[in-house]
Amino acid sequence: MIEEHMPMVVTITKVLYETPTIKTIVFDELFNSRPGQFCMVWVPGVDEIPMAFSAANAITVMRVGDATAALSTLKEGDKIGIRGPFGNGFFTTGKVLAIGGGIGVTPLFTLATNGGIDTFLFGARTAKELVFADELSDVTDLRIATDDGTMGHHGFVTDILDQIDATEYDTICTCGPEMMMKGILDRLVVKGIESRGQFSLHRYMKCGVGVCGSCCMDYEGLRVCRDGPVFTGDILKNSEFANYYRDSSGRKE
Amino acid sequence: MRFHLVFAFFSKISLYDCLGTYEVFVHLLLGFINASRTTYNAIDMIKLQIPTEKIGDVPLDNHMLLAAGILGTTAASLSRMLFLGAGGVVTKSIGPEPKNGHHGPSLIPISGGILNSMGLPNPSQEFTDEIAPLLAVSKSVVISIFGGTPEEFAKVAEWFPNASAFELNLSCPHADGYGSAIGTNPRIVRECTEAVKVFDKPVWVKITPNVTDIGVIGRAAEIGGADAIVAINTIRAMRISTGMRCPVLGNKFGGLSGTAVFSIAIRAVYDLYEACSLPIIGCGGVSTADNVLEMMMAGASAVEIGSAVYENINVFSDISKDLYDANGIPAAEIVGCAHD
Repeated sequence: MIEEHMPMVVTITKVLYETPTIKTIVFDELFNSRPGQFCMVWVPGVDEIPMAFSAANAITVMRVGDATAALSTLKEGDKIGIRGPFGNGFFTTGKVLAIGGGIGVTPLFTLATNGGIDTFLFGARTAKELVFADELSDVTDLRIATDDGTMGHHGFVTDILDQIDATEYDTICTCGPEMMMKGILDRLVVKGIESRGQFSLHRYMKCGVGVCGSCCMDYEGLRVCRDGPVFTGDILKNSEFANYYRDSSGRKE
Repeated sequence: MRFHLVFAFFSKISLYDCLGTYEVFVHLLLGFINASRTTYNAIDMIKLQIPTEKIGDVPLDNHMLLAAGILGTTAASLSRMLFLGAGGVVTKSIGPEPKNGHHGPSLIPISGGILNSMGLPNPSQEFTDEIAPLLAVSKSVVISIFGGTPEEFAKVAEWFPNASAFELNLSCPHADGYGSAIGTNPRIVRECTEAVKVFDKPVWVKITPNVTDIGVIGRAAEIGGADAIVAINTIRAMRISTGMRCPVLGNKFGGLSGTAVFSIAIRAVYDLYEACSLPIIGCGGVSTADNVLEMMMAGASAVEIGSAVYENINVFSDISKDLYDANGIPAAEIVGCAHD
């Protein structure tokens, strides 16, 4: 029998300005989730969107669309709805390498704060967008790359990956722009270790619970919201990953 | 009968012989009742044959189709559901123009069911490329279509010359100008059915329970030339977030599906069986083999399953294990058997 899962209404207790474009919204309820799981965040009158938890009682938002713009304007005392946690999350064993890009660092950050990451490669466009870098350097061996060279390696995070021996790691967790993750997958495939790679994907989602089909991926029909959002590289290498995705109407982009 | 005999037999013993060993007696009695129940079920649970005839003029691998709107946006997800045991699949409803659907929340699991207001998101004509590979390999793919007028229904139907059948969505309860907004009018239901029937494909008409007499709508589809009636679509419903003091769905109201509507679906199918002579595809809250049998006894020749996928993506193969047997009876023996 289906159980009731109305959104839990939470009150914002604090808004942290992480960077000029990124805010962390802290609320008054704790959600017990596995790193890599996500929630559906409801901004009344606007929309409901999938987001990673950045803590048991927080989400971290970068302004990209209507709903994230609305989220960015919320203040202490405002209310939002949370459904979840949903999805599978990361399952790590042995020595763990994490590779994060931009705001995609969020699910990896919760994995790191749980003590689950040995080495962390973190890429962003510029130093100001390196959210959570200080905290990450406390709990992991952090290596940074920025597109404009304002901090760390001047270039892509995949350049740093080329400089280390990825085969030393038993689990390689990654989240970020799909082209960055594609670069990582290609390198793991070359080394024959793509099944050690766990990639957290983003797709347009409506229901979040595996029913509506808006986030289904080719060619296996896997639901990013329910079968994912974390998939291993062996599953992704023959999929739509890094080739296309579908918009809210189901049209390919 | 067997149950009652066992009970009477032990009742007698209890009166005369077992007064001092009451607990032992109860234990034994319960054991016998349970054993007798198990035997009863094993012997009398109806088992069906796999369908050999077309249903609604569509060949199906079993009596269960994936309902429209569930995992139906991509050929890959529909193909996955066929692989996981669906006897046929119905696509997401395709309309004359692309639609993004309503703002979220658009689907909320609630006690015993699912409340949704997706708002008919669909890629429109681009779906022809999407579904082509599946239509090339399966004859059990029903294309669900919607429009605001008979002309729009015809326009969309024309895009799919390889469809196994069309299912006309005249019943979605939460899209302005579409679905039940026009599907409560028998004349429009008949005209839309006629407009799609010209393409010489089986036409199923999915009708709304949000009317006073569903039989009137069913007869309109029948007069229009439909090959089957699908009933029911979701029932207009709403929930309010007490924490937010506003409706939980982005569209405010939506449609209710799942176990919560099964009794209503049974009643609708029963009424349609009395009112029409077309095959009926029963839809609404089916999640077990016994639910399938009950739908058939009400008058359904096959069923569609949607919300049950939420809890169990293997629902089709799980039901098949309980429903079918090599020595099963033809479904025709029970379809409509609950009627006088």
